[in-house]
Amino acid sequence: MDGATEPIDRSANTDMNATQGAPCPWHAADRLCIMWRVLDSLKAPNEELVMASLTLFDKIWESHIVRVEPDGTTLLYIDRQLVHEVTSPQAFEGLKLAGRRARRAAATLAVPDHNVPTTDRKLAIADPISAKQIQTLEDNCRDFGITLYGMNDIRQGIVHVIGPEQGFTLPGTTIVCGDSHTSTHGAFGALAFGIGTSEVEHVLATQCLIQKRPKTMEIRVDGTLSDRCSAKDIVLAIIGKIGTAGGTGYVIEYTGSAIRALSMEGRMTLCNMSIEGGARAGMVAPDEKTIAYIKGRPLAPKGDLFEQAVKAWHELKTDPQARHDVTVTLRAEDIAPQVSWGTNPGMVLGVDQNVPDPRTISDENTKHATERALEYMGLIPNMPITDIRIDKVFIGSCTNSRIEDLRLAASLAKGKKVSKAVHAMVVPGSGLIKQQAEAEGLDRVFLDAGFEWREAGCSMCLAMNADVLQPGERCASTSNRNFEGRQGAGGRTHLVSPAMAVAAAIEGHFVDIRTWT
Amino acid sequence: MQAFTQLTGLVAPLDRVNVDTDQIIPKQFLKTIKRTGLREGLFFDWRKNKDGSPDPDFFLNQARYQGATILLTRDNFGSGSSREHAPWALLDQGFRCVIAPSFADIFYNNCFQNGILPVVLKADEVLSLMKDVIGTEGYRLTVDLGDQRVTTPDGTTYRFDVDPFRKDCLYRGLDSIGLTLQHEAAITAYERRRKQDAPWLFTDIR
Repeated sequence: MDGATEPIDRSANTDMNATQGAPCPWHAADRLCIMWRVLDSLKAPNEELVMASLTLFDKIWESHIVRVEPDGTTLLYIDRQLVHEVTSPQAFEGLKLAGRRARRAAATLAVPDHNVPTTDRKLAIADPISAKQIQTLEDNCRDFGITLYGMNDIRQGIVHVIGPEQGFTLPGTTIVCGDSHTSTHGAFGALAFGIGTSEVEHVLATQCLIQKRPKTMEIRVDGTLSDRCSAKDIVLAIIGKIGTAGGTGYVIEYTGSAIRALSMEGRMTLCNMSIEGGARAGMVAPDEKTIAYIKGRPLAPKGDLFEQAVKAWHELKTDPQARHDVTVTLRAEDIAPQVSWGTNPGMVLGVDQNVPDPRTISDENTKHATERALEYMGLIPNMPITDIRIDKVFIGSCTNSRIEDLRLAASLAKGKKVSKAVHAMVVPGSGLIKQQAEAEGLDRVFLDAGFEWREAGCSMCLAMNADVLQPGERCASTSNRNFEGRQGAGGRTHLVSPAMAVAAAIEGHFVDIRTWT
Repeated sequence: MQAFTQLTGLVAPLDRVNVDTDQIIPKQFLKTIKRTGLREGLFFDWRKNKDGSPDPDFFLNQARYQGATILLTRDNFGSGSSREHAPWALLDQGFRCVIAPSFADIFYNNCFQNGILPVVLKADEVLSLMKDVIGTEGYRLTVDLGDQRVTTPDGTTYRFDVDPFRKDCLYRGLDSIGLTLQHEAAITAYERRRKQDAPWLFTDIR
């Protein structure tokens, strides 16, 4: 049965959300879907015929529809899948048990990252269970013909760093990975989202996923950021505003002059943390920066194919008349350097503020959650954020471990010394970033200032390897989650930007990076 | 996948909001290459006191909740990581149904892949149930996927929504990969069209 011609239950489909862009009942190529939009708008009473107006999300979604069930459930084509060692073994096992192959091994890229040591790679992995998981990934990639950047490959790194770095991540594509921070790739104008292991298996076997169409949320940030404030501060401020479930059921499109002004690295930081606001995906429409970043990368299209692709990528933007389901706005000028004080990323404040006081909170749920978070974090109500002293600093993770992050961190660390009370480490996002940083002498700057300089991996973002906080230890971290125990049982995490992390490492407590010298 | 039609079972209360998947199962249990045996990792850090002894106040350590098959909890359950180890651990402990006012998207989806029914009830309904569960030893609920109803011991019923497609798959315990593979021709046709429109996506990355 061909999805383009197969009859489906029109009665169930034609009434559904008629003016909100119901999926095309022919679930065929883009052209037909746009026609469906026009026909749909004709049906709505008192509405003039206007050209179909689509959001960036609509354009990507509709160009990936394989078929639609009567209730709107969609079989969505997946262009690319990234695979890592932690969420894939059971998926490969499932394929083997069912005697299934990988439908498009050539559209799949694998790398170990979560569980790899960031110390000398020539030594065997001390933890035999970690070693077995990494070996299992190698075995599976060999058996299914999937490209793997192994632990000693210079291209190895965090899965969400190497996808863009290699030119695997491209605008207009659907990208999935068994990791919630897959939202990172949305920085390129891709629809990228995290999935569970069963869905990893589903995509390996079919190159498709069964999905419900999400709603869209526009988050518009206009204006100019304060000196030394960054994408990390924007996204933490957004999560502080919408909450950790504010984006549930939505795909976010980030717009506005402050977003346009961000580098590709900044946009990746921003989209990376969409999931911390509950949204599975976040995206930024591609522009010349996007195209310049991609050009010449090893897996990016070349020559005529590249020119053809660029032409298509220029169409990837939300049409002027298109409407999102919700719009949230922020002013960049209002965003102070952010520091999380609690046990989820929504518990965040500007560095110039005080830790909340549960006694002043009327909502019972928020009050209890605040009390519990303060107790876990060992903080006193009303204390200034700048009085919080720290034990560790972690600069790294899929949020903030790219070359731009390291350059900025090194520029602030240059000629300074890490506080005697602090243990600080820098973990580059990939082997190639490490190499680049070393070529620029950034490693010397960090080492001279008293930071450790490590091999690439997820490291202390989730502490699956040996990089772990001890109970009660307090860390200024450029990562993305401050959940209880995230960086080690009993560990206390404060999420900050790389600039804020460096200043905290040197002073031993948080400082306002805008005025710090 | 095990089908879910109707379940009558003991209810265990987890009266907390924003329970993230790092709490449901911490990272040290993600090194496994199997789906089973994850029970010991379920709420690992919350089950213990600081000295490592079991916390008698935590519901999983209480005799009255042993054998529970329904977990009643609060808003935004399952936020954070995509780890499917979270539903695997719940299943290994014996939970087949989680009731909450809201769920994080990826966790919600992962439940359906593993024969667990996530039920969304209104916040006030969950609060009322929470009170009854904590106040009544041996409190049981009946969850009927066919009727989309939760029924209390006194006969009160609460209706819940579920997408028809997901409902059908769970009700019949269907293998979703098998379902998709039935549309092999449509997938191939899509790929043919897509290759014409966007040939740069079909270069071999190997």
